[in-house]
Amino acid sequence: MSSEQKILSTDGIPLEESLKQAEKKNKIKAFLLVTPLLLFLIITYIIPIADMFSRSIDDKMVTNMLPKTYKAMEQWDGKELPPEEVFKAFYLDYKILVENKTAGKLQTQLNYEKNGFKSVLKKLARKQKKFEEGNYKEQIMKVHKRWGNVDYWRAIKRRAPAYTYSKYLKGVDMYSNEDGKIVQVAEDRRIHRILWSRTLEVAFFVTLFCFLMAYPIAHLLATLPMKYSNLLMICVLLPFWTSLLVRTASWMILLQQQGLVNDFFVWIGLVTDDNRPEMMYNKTGTYVAMTQILLPFMVLPLYSVMKTISPSLMRAGKSLGATPGVAFFKIYFPLTIPGIGAGCLLVFILAIGYYITPALVGGASGTLISNQIAYHMKSTLDWSFASAMGLMLLTGVLVIYWIYNKLVGVDNIKLG
Amino acid sequence: MALPKYTEPHYRIWHYFYLFVCGCVFFFLIAPLFVIFPLSFNAEEFLVFTDGMKRLDPDAFSTRWYKDMVYGTKNPWGLAAKNSFIIAIFATIGSIILGTLAALGLSSRHMPYKGLIMATLISPMIVPLIISGVAIFFFMAKVGLAATHLGIILAHIILGTPFVVITVTATLSGFDHSITRAASSLGSNPFNTFMKITLPLILPGVISGGLFAFVTSFDEVVVVLFLAGLDNTTIPVQMWTGLREQLSPTILAVATCLIVLSILILVTAELLRRRSERLRGINR
Repeated sequence: MSSEQKILSTDGIPLEESLKQAEKKNKIKAFLLVTPLLLFLIITYIIPIADMFSRSIDDKMVTNMLPKTYKAMEQWDGKELPPEEVFKAFYLDYKILVENKTAGKLQTQLNYEKNGFKSVLKKLARKQKKFEEGNYKEQIMKVHKRWGNVDYWRAIKRRAPAYTYSKYLKGVDMYSNEDGKIVQVAEDRRIHRILWSRTLEVAFFVTLFCFLMAYPIAHLLATLPMKYSNLLMICVLLPFWTSLLVRTASWMILLQQQGLVNDFFVWIGLVTDDNRPEMMYNKTGTYVAMTQILLPFMVLPLYSVMKTISPSLMRAGKSLGATPGVAFFKIYFPLTIPGIGAGCLLVFILAIGYYITPALVGGASGTLISNQIAYHMKSTLDWSFASAMGLMLLTGVLVIYWIYNKLVGVDNIKLG
Repeated sequence: MALPKYTEPHYRIWHYFYLFVCGCVFFFLIAPLFVIFPLSFNAEEFLVFTDGMKRLDPDAFSTRWYKDMVYGTKNPWGLAAKNSFIIAIFATIGSIILGTLAALGLSSRHMPYKGLIMATLISPMIVPLIISGVAIFFFMAKVGLAATHLGIILAHIILGTPFVVITVTATLSGFDHSITRAASSLGSNPFNTFMKITLPLILPGVISGGLFAFVTSFDEVVVVLFLAGLDNTTIPVQMWTGLREQLSPTILAVATCLIVLSILILVTAELLRRRSERLRGINR
């Protein structure tokens, strides 16, 4: 048999080809098994998240409410007061809105753009019923003298585009001013930046506290004989399986002013009975409760890495003359770094998006960015702003997730 | 962990300090759960240990909050518990079916784009719940499933499948594929092979993934807060409302029941894990 002659399978097809066919078949089979879940997630989850983006930049509401005005404004350069036809178009658009009882939405939207616009528009809604045909510019300006101020017309024109990135600017306490320049809001109104930095700060410190507490106990669990460590493992797993709300509730009981923690402080004489510190409804509450709740997520990855480290390595180091401290920092600690990375990133990702616990024990000074998103979803109903903030948070989390995937690999996540 | 006799004194002190720190951390982890037990039997309406309770006076304890939980007037817990169980059971079944199928595909070595697909399937676990909540709410509102049981069940399937995918993939990693090939060579069709050979072997992983999915659904509050109407409140939503308005001892009675439930789930999960390791021949 010459070396070039192809090996044939029993049905006469070259082996190479028939192998390829079989592989292809297997590929399709594997893919078909994944398809139901993949499709389900894409339709109900991935596309809706992408849809949040179009919602966050969507600004068609005002554009659609004033179609004639914006058509007439195309010719206007925005330097002087607009010409008569813009006034006329605005009068006609606004009349329809008032008749359909949707003028309120426009008033609110334009008031975002220019403070005090609402009252001006409301007055126009009352007076315009008596308007006569023709010369609308004069009639409108007679209703309120601010209609003669070009700033108000510029405010209307600024809302002409159907898309806007203003919600993203608002998320970092900036806005584009009358001249279209991006500027920061007044210092006393920069609430979102405080929230972002507080979220990062809380996530960072909770991760740090979790790490400092989890490392010793994970080490103990990994080195103790099985029968003891199994028992102690329950202390880690039971909180892990217990409802988040139950654990938050128990912290609310413990941390209240007449609670056990304060009782203990009074008993050991740290504080006097009439001077019990407030530990709930502030950042302390958020830190304590979140650390306890997220601690198992740090212990479990650390434990699974530490269990694989052979104790003979440390013994070898010591027998070669290392003190226990040197042996620990030169041998043991570097070997646990994969576990530290996994645990820290997991806890940080979970902490950065925390909502329930800060809302219940955080009070005003302990709420995080998630609480702000929920507030805009439920109270102000500014859904496009909530979407924008959500996507900004998501981008941050995805960057961390990407790092996590590079360092640890998502398929190495272990549960219990 | 007894220390050898030759240990130097300062190292000995350091060792006891380390054990003390570990003890404190374990106490910090577990103690908060046990505060709830005694307080749920409080005879008074306050959420502090009364003097009577400290003296262990039997009159200071009562089961009135448990009675209130079950028979109380305008009691929301019955409906909430029913909804919670219905939603969690269906969400678990859905998660198990979709997740197991996907895990079978993912652990095949022929699977293309494995990393990307795995990352997509796990994403509901990584994306902050509040964002998932907002996105799922927009979707359910669009298709008219907001404030329905079906909508919440679908949402919980989304959140539950990653756990099933992870646990089943982990179980399959130690799976000997020559067994299924042997079955096929003996004339079994793929469906029979799966039901008779593969499934019994990966069952512990499937069930423990299912337990994760069940707990996720049973404990989930953020997404339900967005989706639920008055008819589909669940236990966590009721607890959330209760905790925000007024912390009443009835909530502690409910919390105690939930802790008992989680102990049961923990025991089941632990037994399954050991069985799975035995089946896969991992000796410890």
